[in-house]
Amino acid sequence: MNYSNLIKIAINALRRNKLRAFLTMLGIIIGVASVITMLAIGQGSKKSIQDQVSSMGSNMLFVMPGGQAMGGVQMGNSDSKSLTLEDIEAIRSQSTSVGKLSPVVRSSGQVIYGNKNAPTSIFGTNTDYLDIRKITIKSGRMFTEAEIKSAAKVCLIGKTVITNVFGENVDPTGLEIRFNSIPIKIIGVLDEKGQSTFGQDQDDLILAPFTTVQKRILAITNIQNIYASAVSEDKSPLAKTEIETILREKHKIKEGADDDFTVRSQDELIKTFSSISDILTVLLGIIAGISLLIGGIGIMNIMYVSVTERTREIGLRMSIGGRGIDILMQFLTESILLSVIGGIIGILLGIGAASGVGKMMTWPVIVMPQSVILSFLVCTVIGVFFGWYPARKAANLDPIDALRYE
Amino acid sequence: MKKIIEIKNLRKDFHVGEVTVHALRGVSFEIEEGEFVAIMGSSGSGKSTMLNIIGCLDKPTAGEYLLDEINMSNMTKNELALLRNRKLGFVFQSYNLLPRTTALENVELPLLYNNTIKAKERRQLAINALESVGLADRMHHMPNQLSGGQQQRVAIARSLVNDPVVILADEATGNLDTRTSYEIMALFQELNQKGKTIVFVTHEPDIARFTSSSIIFKDGHIIHQAKSIDKLEARQILMELPVENGYE
Ligand SMILES: Nc1ncnc2c1ncn2[C@@H]1O[C@H](COP(=O)(O)OP(=O)(O)OP(=O)(O)O)[C@@H](O)[C@H]1O
Ligand SMILES: [Mg+2]
Repeated sequence: MNYSNLIKIAINALRRNKLRAFLTMLGIIIGVASVITMLAIGQGSKKSIQDQVSSMGSNMLFVMPGGQAMGGVQMGNSDSKSLTLEDIEAIRSQSTSVGKLSPVVRSSGQVIYGNKNAPTSIFGTNTDYLDIRKITIKSGRMFTEAEIKSAAKVCLIGKTVITNVFGENVDPTGLEIRFNSIPIKIIGVLDEKGQSTFGQDQDDLILAPFTTVQKRILAITNIQNIYASAVSEDKSPLAKTEIETILREKHKIKEGADDDFTVRSQDELIKTFSSISDILTVLLGIIAGISLLIGGIGIMNIMYVSVTERTREIGLRMSIGGRGIDILMQFLTESILLSVIGGIIGILLGIGAASGVGKMMTWPVIVMPQSVILSFLVCTVIGVFFGWYPARKAANLDPIDALRYE
Repeated sequence: MKKIIEIKNLRKDFHVGEVTVHALRGVSFEIEEGEFVAIMGSSGSGKSTMLNIIGCLDKPTAGEYLLDEINMSNMTKNELALLRNRKLGFVFQSYNLLPRTTALENVELPLLYNNTIKAKERRQLAINALESVGLADRMHHMPNQLSGGQQQRVAIARSLVNDPVVILADEATGNLDTRTSYEIMALFQELNQKGKTIVFVTHEPDIARFTSSSIIFKDGHIIHQAKSIDKLEARQILMELPVENGYE
């Protein structure tokens, strides 16, 4: 029998029982739609993590005191005092791939203005910090080198702090706040950065010269972290090894001994988080795949019922010249049609659902062509696989018995 | 006259567990082209078994069967299927039409299993077959929109559509009332007059009167075989039947 006759026969058979065909497909429809949606959400979140991390500065490097910390996240305010300003000077003079460099000292505390106060953090940095972290100034100005030298009591503040102590839409430039009872003058306002991928409010900060934070707030001489940027993104790994070599030498660490600092680059962070969301994608994919499998079993079930129910039809088809292979192909085509049509509907529904989720939740979703093609192939395979046994059962019927079947 | 069917010393045994049922115990007969043969006999005498073998749906245990001068003995399943498709037409007691499928599509069905026939030709042949059974105006009706007699006519059209060398009918009037049975017999007679060979299984002597010869089975043997001397014309009998409910 040729293909067009085969498909005609199968379509006619499915048309005779439209509702059942639809219900049979439902499993596949839901399965495929959830595969597509889940993968789209998984991929979208991966992409958004990557975007956000790189918006923090994709060639950023980060040095913290102490040995390896977990997952590139600094483990609290280290009490290790291994990093100093001399380290920064050494990196600045010896490294060729490191561009900008900034010391960071940080303290949390209470910011007070009038009768309002709020908890926040103050970051002491130099002027390079803005570039490294891709922070921009909304109004006012950055502090100057002279102000760093003199440990001037000046600062820039983020939007959350403004909202907390001044109220909405106030430009507090020129006013004086107190941080842990130290009066500091506001000389600028930072542009809003929103939440980070990790849920931190990136606007809840005060930025001041590092000398100010060192001397007037923390009373320390060491620095807590070094932020740096590689001259270009592809120099980032090189910059990392340079910093490591320079610091080992500076800290007089012997061959084979462990570092007393850790250097992290942003692209490592990206990799870490991408792999987390890859795992997430795989998990979502497995769950969706299981529902697809259940859809396939649904097809098999209905095909068995259908073969039994249509025993006389099978007998008739055999008596008018249908060979075993024709009957097999007919039922196989029916199950493939069911799963492929179900698959196509599922793909459309999945794309719809993914973009719906994307719009409603303002989640990024990405429908990858691979997942569409894969779902389609999986559907065909399911059709063949789960259709095979019922179809073979039909093909092996004896025509006389089948015709006599009540 | 050409011999369409030649049966020589044919046997058929069925094994049910320990028991062997001898459904056919050595039968021999011939059917010539253009004959209209009734196969008669009481229930369980082996009529259906015989017809199934003639119809290439079943294979004999022993003996020879030649259809249209081809020996069936060494045919494979697929070759038998091909023969059924090209040389045979079946009419069943219970019509066996596909539900929710128009009369026309039901009639087209055998041709779907014949690759040499294109869609357009298939449609035309099916229309012709339906016209020849007088159902040209019911082509697009579903089986459940047709009376039993009309459904059986569709089934007859389906058996005709591949222009078979012989039409095989098993109790084709078994589900129909007397008048409709006669109408169906009239149709068979008409087809027979046009040259179709027909083998018609029935246990009603009443119906067998319309055929040109009869073979009577008993316990797997042929006990009587004869040409009819007083063959009746179904059309004529129909006209003589009392008219009920303003029929025609
Ligand atoms: N598949 C089978 N398995 C076992 N025995 C069978 C089978 N088919 C038929 N028989 C037996 O063969 C014998 C002949 O059966 P067959 O169906 O040919 O009778 P029949 O003449 O058509 O009867 P009826 O007029 O009731 O249809 C019966 O005894 C029946 O029980
Ligand atoms: Mg019978």
